[in-house]
Amino acid sequence: MRPFVENLPFLSIFLALLAGIVTAAVRSGRTAYWITTGVCAAAAAMHLWVLEYTYLEGLRFTYTMGRFLAPYGNALQCGPLQALLASAFSLVMATCLAGGRRELFQELKPGKQRLYFTMVNMLEASLLALTYTNDVFTGYVFIEISTIAACSLVMAKDSGPNLVAAIRYLFMSLMGSGMFLIGLTMLNSVTGHLLMPALAEAVAELRLSGDYRIPLTVAVGLMVAGLGVKSAMFPFHLWLPDAHGGAATASSAILSGLVLKGYIVLLLVLILRVFSVELLAELGAANVILAFGLLGMLAGSVFAIRENHIKRMLAYSTVAQVGYIFMGIGLGTTEGLIASCFHVLVHACCKPLLFLCAGRLSAVSGHHKSLRNLRGSAYRDVGAGLGFTVGALSMIGIPLFGGFVSKFYFANAALPTGMTALTLLAIALSTVLNALYYVPALLAIWVRPPAEDELAILGDTHAEDLAPDRFFAAASLLLILAVFILGIFYHPITDVLEAGVRLI
Amino acid sequence: MLEDILQNRYAVTAVILFGVGFANLMLQQNLLRKVLGFNIMDAAIFLLLASLGYIDGGVAPIVGDRGFDPLYINPIPSGLALTGIVVSVAITAFALALIQRIYRRYGTIELRELLELAKKEDD
Repeated sequence: MRPFVENLPFLSIFLALLAGIVTAAVRSGRTAYWITTGVCAAAAAMHLWVLEYTYLEGLRFTYTMGRFLAPYGNALQCGPLQALLASAFSLVMATCLAGGRRELFQELKPGKQRLYFTMVNMLEASLLALTYTNDVFTGYVFIEISTIAACSLVMAKDSGPNLVAAIRYLFMSLMGSGMFLIGLTMLNSVTGHLLMPALAEAVAELRLSGDYRIPLTVAVGLMVAGLGVKSAMFPFHLWLPDAHGGAATASSAILSGLVLKGYIVLLLVLILRVFSVELLAELGAANVILAFGLLGMLAGSVFAIRENHIKRMLAYSTVAQVGYIFMGIGLGTTEGLIASCFHVLVHACCKPLLFLCAGRLSAVSGHHKSLRNLRGSAYRDVGAGLGFTVGALSMIGIPLFGGFVSKFYFANAALPTGMTALTLLAIALSTVLNALYYVPALLAIWVRPPAEDELAILGDTHAEDLAPDRFFAAASLLLILAVFILGIFYHPITDVLEAGVRLI
Repeated sequence: MLEDILQNRYAVTAVILFGVGFANLMLQQNLLRKVLGFNIMDAAIFLLLASLGYIDGGVAPIVGDRGFDPLYINPIPSGLALTGIVVSVAITAFALALIQRIYRRYGTIELRELLELAKKEDD
């Protein structure tokens, strides 16, 4: 008899899918909201339990669906890394919904609200499945589910620009998943497997014997590129600013902080469990990822500097942060991958915090979004101002904030590789560039404008928006705490990540 | 050379079709043509999958007491093609619904014009 806790990864995915069906059937948007938030919070608690079980016992386990064993059945595999990421993702998902609650109920049509939460549940299910899956094709199916759900979140606001952004996002994503699928087909044709452990054996054999070198290279390249397109790796980021910048606050926070991470986690697991870091370096794929990552770090920040619209600025900053993650993967060492995992966590806490606070600041400024019109807005909601400040300082990489630790780990991972100078230079340059757009944004929200400008802005603002928002305050407090925990008490977390990568 | 191509005729056709679909998805400005490009791309993958699993003279893969005589065709690629078709239909339906919504609002489905119109509305 296996311990009950081993059922939880599957149960949480199933619960999220079930909640998706239930929320589509209930009448009121508020009920749907509570069901969704409850399911996300419950999933977070379940994964914390799984984390405790796997980390303390130092083990990983495979959950075979319906007890059909290896060549026939589908499986989930869970170790400390997956449990930690899944609990963080679920918690942040619930927090995003709480923080963006007021705007959601203002902006969505009453009849459509429950459908929005259906899509959020589907996203939650696909995020968890992408983290836990042990079968590459299941990964593909959930990639597509998450694509449709993410596009629906973008278009939920139902304004013209959002529809156009959603269709661009959809086509870009389809390109990515098409590439992933044909890469997967080729990999299946040279190895004959879909389950990751069997695939890993076959790939290792091919690597030693040198057979099918070209199909293997093409398959690895296509799968990496496909997931790269979907997670907005630098040259494929064009869809991101409109999609993330235009959507409702909660959608932006979920899309930027979590949805991109689902694909990145699948890529990380594929690299660690199937391809192996050495194979990636041998095929030259690691260098390509590194180059795109470095370019993305710099280009994303340069675009963000030129942007005046606060949410689009944050969206470009996401491009830069995804660049960091790919840089860690491209270093081609296990330390680099651990640094990437840590950065996934930091960014998953930091970017939703920034988006939620930006949404709140713009709500107390008559829903204006340009930095000019947000001047002095931090005084109208001090909590949002502080949250934005914490997020921005963490993004720049000030010590004690989460962003500093991940930069430190990236720099540390770069030392033993042949790319030390280039990588360190890029990290330094990108830090300066980050400061170049976050500091002006901070000044803008904390410096009071001339009195007549402030009156004009206040004239546009509704009284109900100025009222304190308890849900938002709780959400931003939780995320601020998370950023500080990642920045100060990071040792236990990196220990879990190291154990997780070892037990992948 | 020619013999290689003939032997791998399914794979060669699939790669050509995938390229055609991919180019359409990337380069066309008309949204409907983009959807068609995506469908061609997926069809190429299904062709590749179907040809991979086929074994000359193989029978339907039903596990019974006959062992491996006669040979079964490989059931996994067929299963994948089936799942892939479902996914592709769902995405096509979603994309078409979205395009219809966009057409009702803007009266055009040319991406370039749409981007300009959306930009104007955003300012």
